[in-house]
Amino acid sequence: MDVKLGVLAGDTRAVARAITWVENGDPRGAEVIRGVYASTGRAYIVGLTGSPGAGKSTLVSRLAALLAARGQKVGILAVDPSSPFSGGAILGDRVRMFDVALTRDVYIRSMGTRGALGGLNRATRMAARILDAAGFDWIFVETVGAGQAEVDVHDVAYTTAVVMAPGMGDDIQAMKAGIMEIGDLFIINKADRDGADRTATQVESVLQLSMTEGWNPPVLKVSAELNTGIDSVVDTIERHRAHLVASGKLDALKTRMAKLDVLEILKARLADTMKQQLDQPAVQVELEKVASKQSDPYSLADIIFEQSWRNI
Amino acid sequence: MEEKIRVLVAKPGLDGHDRGAKVLARAFMDAGMEVIYTGIRRTPEQIAEVAVQEDVDVVALSCLSGAHNTLFPKVVDLLKEKGADDILVMGGGVIPEDDIPFLKEHGISEVFGPGTPLATCVDYIRSHVKKEA
Amino acid sequence: MYDKESVGRLKAAKAKWQQGADRIPAGKTSKTYSDCRTSSGIDVKLLYTTEDVGEMNYMRDLGFPGEYPYTRGYQATMYRGRLWTMRQYAGFATVEESNRRYKYLLNQGQTGLSIAFDLPTQLGMDADHPLSEGEVGKVGVSVSSLADLEVLFDGIPLDQVSTSMTINAPAAVLMAMYIALARGKRISADKLNGTIQNDILKEYSARGTYIYPPAPSMRIISDIFAYCSKETPNWNMISISGYHMREAGCTAVQEVAFTLADGIAYVDAAVKAGLDVDSFAARVSFFFDAHSNLLEEVAKFRAARRMWARIMKDRFHAQNPKSLMLRFHTQTAGCTLTSQQPDNNVVRVTLQALAAVLGGTQSLHTNSRDEALSLPSEDSVRIALRTQQIIGYESGVADTVDPLAGSYFVESMTNRIEEEALKYIAKIDELGGAVKAIERGFIQQEIQNSSYQYQLEIESGKKVIVGVNKFQVENKPFKNLMHIDSALFEKRHKELDAMKSRRDTAKVEAALAQVKAVAGSDANLMSAIIDAVDAYATLGEVCDVLRSVFGEYRPDATF
Repeated sequence: MDVKLGVLAGDTRAVARAITWVENGDPRGAEVIRGVYASTGRAYIVGLTGSPGAGKSTLVSRLAALLAARGQKVGILAVDPSSPFSGGAILGDRVRMFDVALTRDVYIRSMGTRGALGGLNRATRMAARILDAAGFDWIFVETVGAGQAEVDVHDVAYTTAVVMAPGMGDDIQAMKAGIMEIGDLFIINKADRDGADRTATQVESVLQLSMTEGWNPPVLKVSAELNTGIDSVVDTIERHRAHLVASGKLDALKTRMAKLDVLEILKARLADTMKQQLDQPAVQVELEKVASKQSDPYSLADIIFEQSWRNI
Repeated sequence: MEEKIRVLVAKPGLDGHDRGAKVLARAFMDAGMEVIYTGIRRTPEQIAEVAVQEDVDVVALSCLSGAHNTLFPKVVDLLKEKGADDILVMGGGVIPEDDIPFLKEHGISEVFGPGTPLATCVDYIRSHVKKEA
Repeated sequence: MYDKESVGRLKAAKAKWQQGADRIPAGKTSKTYSDCRTSSGIDVKLLYTTEDVGEMNYMRDLGFPGEYPYTRGYQATMYRGRLWTMRQYAGFATVEESNRRYKYLLNQGQTGLSIAFDLPTQLGMDADHPLSEGEVGKVGVSVSSLADLEVLFDGIPLDQVSTSMTINAPAAVLMAMYIALARGKRISADKLNGTIQNDILKEYSARGTYIYPPAPSMRIISDIFAYCSKETPNWNMISISGYHMREAGCTAVQEVAFTLADGIAYVDAAVKAGLDVDSFAARVSFFFDAHSNLLEEVAKFRAARRMWARIMKDRFHAQNPKSLMLRFHTQTAGCTLTSQQPDNNVVRVTLQALAAVLGGTQSLHTNSRDEALSLPSEDSVRIALRTQQIIGYESGVADTVDPLAGSYFVESMTNRIEEEALKYIAKIDELGGAVKAIERGFIQQEIQNSSYQYQLEIESGKKVIVGVNKFQVENKPFKNLMHIDSALFEKRHKELDAMKSRRDTAKVEAALAQVKAVAGSDANLMSAIIDAVDAYATLGEVCDVLRSVFGEYRPDATF
């Protein structure tokens, strides 16, 4: 199977294998990216974040169903936390997305965070490029919903949706500053439950305080389970997209996206190199000195950095 | 390079007994694997499609309703059709010993019945997963 | 029960005794003196004395059998008056074969019928549904219409046997068929004796055979309560089950807590729907597991009875004494049966059955030795029945009521289980009741955690399973297993087509339309469903109509 050609042809197995390669840091993954990157840039990427239990997965599957019914190709990257101890993970988002499991033109990939500290897997952005090259019109990235997820998702998507549910402690007091600034739209899921209106009002009032020019993040009430309000989400995302295009912001975001693509690769490569350095026996000796307070971490880091720089 | 073994724990057919499947999912996770669980009442078509999309190394099928002779080979056939016959397919649940040869003939590489230690399943996967060259 | 002064003296004497006991070295593989627990994590002391039950008051905490709080038994004479019902769950493949097996069991001395349905039937699907392939007749009998039920009960007098049907999501339809069947035999509904399991909440949390979402499911159950309390006063319209949650891995304490919490939710729903609690509560019954820790299980049953009585009195203000009584069926723990050395399972089942009898069960199913491998063979099922008969007729434990009462250990354990279970119920109350607790995944998570914990203890050897992680032998294949014919799918397809060609199609369509109309309204569904099945509408047809109105349940998964 020629994976690169398969990706460009939209073959499921090829796409899946390519994602595995970039996830594993397999050099073949880089080869595929090199070969398909020119074909990326068409897909529209939406990020979804929000606390666990807010209903992100169910919502995404409804969005995918709706878009697929309109003839669109939808890819979903669903991230779940990996165990910091075993390195393993139970990737449970799929269970909630089974009604689109056999829908033509819907592809779902579950990923573990694999040690990344935010809400995403380090390879998520490259996985999105692969889906893009494979001809997907929409790519939804669903984060873990804890930690620095909000910041992370902002780096991989054009539109960021924050999903909340009433009665889950999503009170304004509990909300982190980051979320309110990063959301392009706020979705109150499980709108059939008590407290939905209250949550919506709270969110609206906080957003009032930080009106940005051009785009005011709407607050939508939906029920993913009852499949209501889903079209309003799609409409809002499309309006946001139109706004980004008209204001020239989309181009800026795409440039930022490319910059971060390069930066992520650099970071990974540098981290690997540095880790290798730290494992050198000569360096181990120096580390002992830091441990016994005969030296300090900055001094050792300076030395290692200088030496590595010569070797890069 | 950081490779993880990816396992799809699946419940084909109408059987709703998922205690074993869930315990195995946790054990696999504790062993450092990435586990995707299908939930109950899945068709062989859904299971095969998910296996390919998720590029799993292993499909672990659990069935306690006696429908394994119909359902397990179907999953294997569908995987073959999709060009994914390098996936290791194993089975468990309430499966009489007499049925095991039939299942093995139809592509199930091993059957782990009630009472099988979790470590046995984990070790089997580690030693039999077909990793690409 | 004992005066404070003598208990105080005893305490001092025991402390002295303990010092001596602690000096005796424990064996290498025995439990330590300080850390020994039941399945529920309740610690088990080396020795129990009056000190452990000193605070108890006989009349308040135990009472007499047949009187509040029913700790010692729901009825005054218990087995001395009449042995528990020996009710073996059975039914496989075709209605013809099941009919033969039921007649065999009745002849062998079984006193009530318990029907197992196959998965398509339990899921409200006809035998010719595409998803039924491979599943028809496997875990029970395939019933798709009244015509099937007619064959199933051919030659069996409905007014003389008690029939328990393990059916949940489509319980209203099967109940309707049974009533229609009785009508056809000119037996009035008020003469019918039996039970429908009809407990949807445990399906969501443990068993997995649900169809509709929780709210409409609770409505259907309330409709059944209202209808049956008037028309079938001798019929138990629900069997609130802990068995399945226990089999899914929860502990004894959780089993009691979650079952009674579900019970509270059902009574609540019925009362909110306008029913007077005393009009139906007497016909609410329960279904528990009989697991391996014999004495903990006995204590569990006694605790459950006392707790339910108090709940019905204090929370629901039931006036009729019958509303306060927890009556239950028990099944021995299937999950403890091993495929290794299957004959050992006969011993396990014996001990578990004994626990159920000492715990005062009203009816009992004993598992067969080969059930970790397949459906039971005739020989194996006969041994399982004999187990009950030997306990009942030869062992003497049935001669007196609640024989273990007064045991320092058993009374202490009964109290402890009640204490721990009440904590869970309080927690579930906080979450808004069992339905909300299930929606939040609380009950499921607790079950999963206990299940994994149990498995880890087996893996580490901390928990011994004879023949599996200790005292193993080379496995010899078990002979004479039951095999189900897979060509059944085709056969049933033909049968259904034939039945459909014989019936009055217009009548069926009209009846189904009526079911749909009633489902969308507030009215009681039962009459409409009875009319539909009487016209030979199939199970799948009726359930699909309800699916179109209520939708289907979308589950989550907890680990």
